[in-house]
Amino acid sequence: MHKKMSNKLFIPLVLGVAVLFALLSVAVPNDYFFSAAYTVLLFIILSTAWNILGGYTGYVNFGTAAFFAMGAYSTVVLYKLTPGMPLLLKIVIGTVVAGLVGLGTGALTLRLRGVFFSIATLALSVVVFTFVVNWDYVGGARGAYVIAPRDVPFGFKRYIHFLYVVMVFLSATAVIIARAIETSTIGRGLEAIRDDELAAECCGVPTLRLKLLSTTLSGALMGMAGTTYPYFVSYVEPASTFNLSYAVNSIAMPLIGGMTTWVGPLLGAVLLGTVQQVVQVTISSAWNLLIVGVLLVLFVTLAPEGLMGLWYGWRKKWKEKGGAK
Amino acid sequence: MSDTNELLMVKGVVKRFGGFTALDGVDLNLKAGERLGLIGPNGSGKSTLVNCICGTLFNDEGSVKFEGHEISREPAHKRIRRGLARSFQLPKPFSSMSVAENLCVPILYAANARPGAHHATPAQAYEQAMEILKKVGLAHKGHEMSGGLTQVDMRKLELARAIAAKPKLLISDEAMAGLSNSEVDEILELLFLMKEQGIAVIMIEHIMRAVMRFSERVAVLVAGRKIADGDPEAVMRNPEVERAYLGE
Repeated sequence: MHKKMSNKLFIPLVLGVAVLFALLSVAVPNDYFFSAAYTVLLFIILSTAWNILGGYTGYVNFGTAAFFAMGAYSTVVLYKLTPGMPLLLKIVIGTVVAGLVGLGTGALTLRLRGVFFSIATLALSVVVFTFVVNWDYVGGARGAYVIAPRDVPFGFKRYIHFLYVVMVFLSATAVIIARAIETSTIGRGLEAIRDDELAAECCGVPTLRLKLLSTTLSGALMGMAGTTYPYFVSYVEPASTFNLSYAVNSIAMPLIGGMTTWVGPLLGAVLLGTVQQVVQVTISSAWNLLIVGVLLVLFVTLAPEGLMGLWYGWRKKWKEKGGAK
Repeated sequence: MSDTNELLMVKGVVKRFGGFTALDGVDLNLKAGERLGLIGPNGSGKSTLVNCICGTLFNDEGSVKFEGHEISREPAHKRIRRGLARSFQLPKPFSSMSVAENLCVPILYAANARPGAHHATPAQAYEQAMEILKKVGLAHKGHEMSGGLTQVDMRKLELARAIAAKPKLLISDEAMAGLSNSEVDEILELLFLMKEQGIAVIMIEHIMRAVMRFSERVAVLVAGRKIADGDPEAVMRNPEVERAYLGE
């Protein structure tokens, strides 16, 4: 067994990296950097969240957009109710709302296995979409404006800088949670469920409870990613909030990075997210989903365990070579 | 005999699948540390009985008691925590884990989850897993991925994983089917190891040589009913058993 870094060391390390990235908000003069970085960070959270259920537990969720939108629209509602509420509080509430929806979805659908579960999550997305389109208070199909306050908190120069720093720390939170699960007894139980649910239950794993925990956490983190989105776009409408790209990217990124560890979704989101941002500027945003699709096909056929799988494979070969000498 | 001596008490268990009655009022008792052979032709309900005892299926009627507690409505993960472990007829390894990591699952979730049990960290669980692998002769394969094992090693892993739960009763569901003679002996040795540790064993098997060598008592299921239960030699001489196996 590989010696793993303890969480006592890992958490300060991740937070340290987050602080370094946060400091960029002072150093980088180009505002475009922040909107590009916001999107990449958004995908880090979404793919890390997706991977808790999809990668660790083996339940493929097509409903990322529903949970993401749940977070976004919870902010819209709170903005309408009390515009002055601090963003941090909005984030917490949106996260809890999405987590509860995750718990409910889990309770309703986890008796389904494999592709049937996936179809149910797809249906959830449609249900939530229809609900939002017909809910006048949040603007229905027209959408709603969410205007960032003129006074940027904590003395940031512009609101996007503040949002960027918030997203850096939310991403760090998501990664820390994912890794804590992965290295804990819970992670071992989820892995057992993914490999063989019946055998897991017969080894003492409370499969239903762990699956509910997994859907709740995964949903909550996806919602968390959505809570700041209305301030980022300032105009929220269903078609873009429920965009297919959220579901596709949050599946593609862990798949390309590797689904068994926290590194995979992080790596996949950084690589794929950056490529998409570059393509958007240099060629056209219309290419984004095409690139994701092509990469997805390539990885599924050539490297089904993703970049991390390739890396472990190479390292193993390298070691064997070394041992033979 | 008082109930308190019995580790397992199955009484009047009925299980139907649609219109088909797989178990038709089965009674079965077992004392702590006892070794029981459970035999019967294909489709006689042996595996269904195991599933009802272990909680992967719920019986429609009757009761299952373990150490005096009614458990017939408890989910499987609670039953193994009480000390009721099983192996599967078709091995079900956790194939993305190494052999030793496979054992960590019941160590963390069953042996450690009992009231008053010492809670091991994942690292301690790994050490305990290697200890058990040494006993069953799989220590040298501890780091290998479990999906790549040979058939006989896969069966040993099934049993080792059940042992890792520190059970009081182990149900071995055809752990020897399809193995060669010498491999059968290896598995038998493993099951005798249970006896030394005071673990009761129900062995479901078609290989009569193994059943006769291992069992203190033999029970026979035919078409969902128990037709004989007692001393192995006597059961084998029972005309009803002969008829079930050889026909009229």
